[in-house]
Amino acid sequence: MKLNPKDYAHMVSRASPPSPVMRDCLWAFFVGGGICLLGEVLRRFFLAWYDPAMAGTLTSIALIGLSAVCTVPGWYQKLAAKAGAGTLVPITGFANSVVSPAMEFKAEGWVTGVGARIFGIAGPVIAYGTAASAVWGLLYWLVGKVG
Amino acid sequence: MNYLWAFVVGGAICVVGQLLIDYTSLTPARILTGYVVMGVILSAAGVYKPLADFAGAGASVPLLGFGHLLAQGVRQAVDQCGLPGVFTGGLTAAAGGIAASLLFALLAALVGKSKDQN
Repeated sequence: MKLNPKDYAHMVSRASPPSPVMRDCLWAFFVGGGICLLGEVLRRFFLAWYDPAMAGTLTSIALIGLSAVCTVPGWYQKLAAKAGAGTLVPITGFANSVVSPAMEFKAEGWVTGVGARIFGIAGPVIAYGTAASAVWGLLYWLVGKVG
Repeated sequence: MNYLWAFVVGGAICVVGQLLIDYTSLTPARILTGYVVMGVILSAAGVYKPLADFAGAGASVPLLGFGHLLAQGVRQAVDQCGLPGVFTGGLTAAAGGIAASLLFALLAALVGKSKDQN
């Protein structure tokens, strides 16, 4: 039986399991969505006592605390191996990126190890986020002056 | 209903990140940085606030929401005190999340042991 590359590709796609990309995306959707759903439950809870801005901040703090608690025994990393961006993109992933090196680099000391390494990912995130917001603030100020 | 939209919108934002991981060679640090900067841009363009009003934590929990928080903070501070707000607004709004991350990290370092990631 003679096969051209197109037929062969078709046969391979029929015989192989569902694409890993599809599986990754389903994991990311359900785990990421689940973390946001938990966030919404917490936000509603805090809204009973605080204004929306503070309720949002408290939601972040609660999720960050929860992420830290799950990072210490290594549960968050186990989930992340399956959920990929579902655990990376929410604020809990940011918290994990701060907490994880804090434990890992303890052996290198409290200042040059823990103190410096906790900014490995948070540093660029905060630096470029602040820079972008400053550019926007400057534009907004200029438009207010002119307009 | 709001809970459903928080789940769906939050999940969809994570799927975009997953596609970036699978189809590009972007590292997690680059993806998170990109999400925050993109959140600032979307917020400045006026797109993110309607989404946040609609999806609640579905829009504020992903890191895009962190960018939105920075942008909104700067805007409010500029409204209140003019040019100095460009410097103070962003991090003031984000202070709770950043401080919580750092404090919990230090606590975790205190009680936790480093272990093999595998």
